Amino acid sequence: MRGLIYACGWLAIIILGAIAAFLIHNSVRAIQEAGIGTMLSTTAWYPTSSPGKFGLLPLIVGSLYVTGVALLVSVPVGVGAAVFISEFSGRRVKDVMKTIIEFMAAVPSVVYGLIGVAVLIPLVKDIFALDSGMTALTGGVVLGIMSIPTVITISEDALHAVPADLRRGSAALGNTRWQTTYKVTLPAAGSGIFAASMLGLGRAIGETMAVLMLTGNAAVMPASVLESVRTMTGTIAAEMGEVVQGGLHYSVLFAVGLVLFIITFAINLAADLVLERQRKRWRR
Amino acid sequence: MSGTARIRQARAAEFVARMVLGAMAASVVAVALFVLGYIVFHGIGAIDWTFLTQIPKDRGREGGIFPVIVGTVYTTLGTAALTLPIGILAGVYLSEYAPRNYTTRAIRLAITNMAGVPSIVYGLFGLAAFVLAAGFGRSILAAALTLTCMTLPVVITATEEALRQVPQDLRQASLALGATRLRTIYRVVLPAAAPGIITGSILGLARAAGETAPILFTGAVFQMRRTPDGPLSQFMALPYHIYAQVTSVPGWNPTLVWGTALVLVAGISAASIAAGIWRSAQRRKVTW
Amino acid sequence: MVIPMQLSADGGAVITAVRDAEYTAEVTGGAIGSFSLTDVSVAYGRDRVIEGVTMDVPAHAVTALIGPSGCGKSTLLRCLNRMNDELGNVHVGGRITLDGQDIMGKAMDPVELRMRVGQVFQRPNPFPMSIFDNVAYGPRTQGIRSRTELSDLVEATLRSSALWDEVKNSLKKHAFELSGGQQQRLCIARALATRPEVILMDEPASALDPISTQQIEDTIAALKSSVTIVIVTHNMQQAARISDKTAFMLRESLEAPAFLVEMGDTKRMFTNPEDTRTESYITGRFG
Repeated sequence: MRGLIYACGWLAIIILGAIAAFLIHNSVRAIQEAGIGTMLSTTAWYPTSSPGKFGLLPLIVGSLYVTGVALLVSVPVGVGAAVFISEFSGRRVKDVMKTIIEFMAAVPSVVYGLIGVAVLIPLVKDIFALDSGMTALTGGVVLGIMSIPTVITISEDALHAVPADLRRGSAALGNTRWQTTYKVTLPAAGSGIFAASMLGLGRAIGETMAVLMLTGNAAVMPASVLESVRTMTGTIAAEMGEVVQGGLHYSVLFAVGLVLFIITFAINLAADLVLERQRKRWRR
Repeated sequence: MSGTARIRQARAAEFVARMVLGAMAASVVAVALFVLGYIVFHGIGAIDWTFLTQIPKDRGREGGIFPVIVGTVYTTLGTAALTLPIGILAGVYLSEYAPRNYTTRAIRLAITNMAGVPSIVYGLFGLAAFVLAAGFGRSILAAALTLTCMTLPVVITATEEALRQVPQDLRQASLALGATRLRTIYRVVLPAAAPGIITGSILGLARAAGETAPILFTGAVFQMRRTPDGPLSQFMALPYHIYAQVTSVPGWNPTLVWGTALVLVAGISAASIAAGIWRSAQRRKVTW
Repeated sequence: MVIPMQLSADGGAVITAVRDAEYTAEVTGGAIGSFSLTDVSVAYGRDRVIEGVTMDVPAHAVTALIGPSGCGKSTLLRCLNRMNDELGNVHVGGRITLDGQDIMGKAMDPVELRMRVGQVFQRPNPFPMSIFDNVAYGPRTQGIRSRTELSDLVEATLRSSALWDEVKNSLKKHAFELSGGQQQRLCIARALATRPEVILMDEPASALDPISTQQIEDTIAALKSSVTIVIVTHNMQQAARISDKTAFMLRESLEAPAFLVEMGDTKRMFTNPEDTRTESYITGRFG
């Protein structure tokens, strides 16, 4: 039994290692035949032409566009709402907000995608007078909404971790709540809020279904957020069903997965370091 | 500036800040209510006995979603059966056995990072590891294993946190009665931590039930004649059904698709709400 | 009397054990549950916190450990049921025997020891289960399954801890519904249910109101005819009221380990201490 407990404890490292190993193993062919340099620096994505062209840049840029829009939505709204919940509202409002945020986090991404299809695509089409409402903006806005729960939860934790003494000290000097918030609490929680934004970014960049349904999936370099884009996640989801197992295209899709894995790993690692440092700071 | 003017200005700033921040919070609420209302409004019309008990007809444009519901239930139960024992034991390891060293720190880091791995990457991993390398094929088993990897961090974290809330002297009281460490854990510590563990796990499993990307390549199919007959069978699933309808069925029937979305969201919400109610009921009974 | 003897290849240890047991029998008139500590020291990692404690804890009596906070009373108490083992990185040196049997060696299983030496903690800490299950926890751990046997045991121990009359009709009630004082008496019953020779109490009344404290003290007084009690207490009056023997410990600085200043009959310790430091502490000059 003890052995089993130890084995389960170590399993997280084993799984994470296995994920990396399988991604790398299956990417080898892509790295050898298509070349890392070529993949990361060319803009032509014609995986089924002969010979196939595997320039990942449009996909990476597509992901960045969508993620950028998502951050512009999720960070201001999420942090603002977190500050309101943490600093300006009573217990009851907090409880209600918590339930609502939990609900938002629980709604599956495919359902957000569906709502985007029904509501946002026509809206974007009309507002900007486009031929199609399937744009980076559409996907980004929905993704931003989906990231809001992450941003709020982590930001609120960061604000909550600021000792109450600090707030009382500021209030005792005659500061209003808002003065206390922007002079004392927000700076003190700054690194945690930064981490929250990064984790929101990580969630957005890895999100698949909503973008797949909303961005139109054109694998060309976009000139603006009002054009259709194809993200890295969307590419894997859309093309993996139609490739030859073990073929070059298959391998390239794993390479895309590897790129995603490395990006999100780096983001999470950085966010974790920031949060850990903050935890240490307030530990007495 | 005189003192009173400064105070007046501070009050005005306070008022504006409250309004702006409140508006942001309100917009979050509004979006959530809109999402909820939209799903219910458009989906409720589809919900009837036929819809819940019939098989899809005309590629899903007509008929019901019974095998789709069954597929999601099977996959989720399979995920639960795999995730709960492993996740709880791992949480026990971290809270009760793990030494304070760099290895443990590495395990914690691995868990946080697992939680951040994109779901589509889990899909790739599941395809390579479970479908192909392990030879399970596209099946409920392969999909459940994939979802297990994704859900484990949630269950581990929930377990560890719940165990940490159990006071130390409760463990010592059991040890001082001559109980072994293992007996102490399964007779005293785990029962005491059960509400937190179960609530956290249900939230994680509910999320797994709504995932599409990890099951895309590991076993979900668009259409099946029968309900799955075993763990190596392929399956239909609610989230995949929605995606497939919208993207590959020309002239998809919005009422039925929204109905499917409503069933999915209602199922997930019901599980979460039940877990929340049960937890607060337990809390009232058990306070440290 | 049964002399617990270890089968040891080392004949010397067996002889010492026999001699200790004979000595114990001589001092206590055959009652079991007496400790003998020889040059006991405790270190947390490299930090030596207790050194050179030598004392005898008589059977069927109440021995109080007193001293300023941080003087290692609780640490010494935990040596007696090897609970220090559970804290990790704690090293205990010297020799401790229970009825002549070495309890620190490999031959003594800490699990068996703890069935003979129970503990009651500072804060009432009933398990989150029913009153009955709390008391039955130890016996069940020992493998007793018979419902009647358990019921008898539960009733007997609840009577000993003076809780029976208050809970006899609600044994299935959750333990958390009891008051703090009742919970602590439940914890005493829980400790008694394994039929221990000794019960260690670490400031058992410090979290309780005066009336509950009085009830705990009455319980202790009633128990000592059947079990040895070692109690750590901050409360000088409490030590004077309930104990037969008192040991005074002191840690004079954080650099130096704590030690036993003196030990003796409680009456003498409180009226005519040998050491001036004991006198200062008892009369409230420090601590």
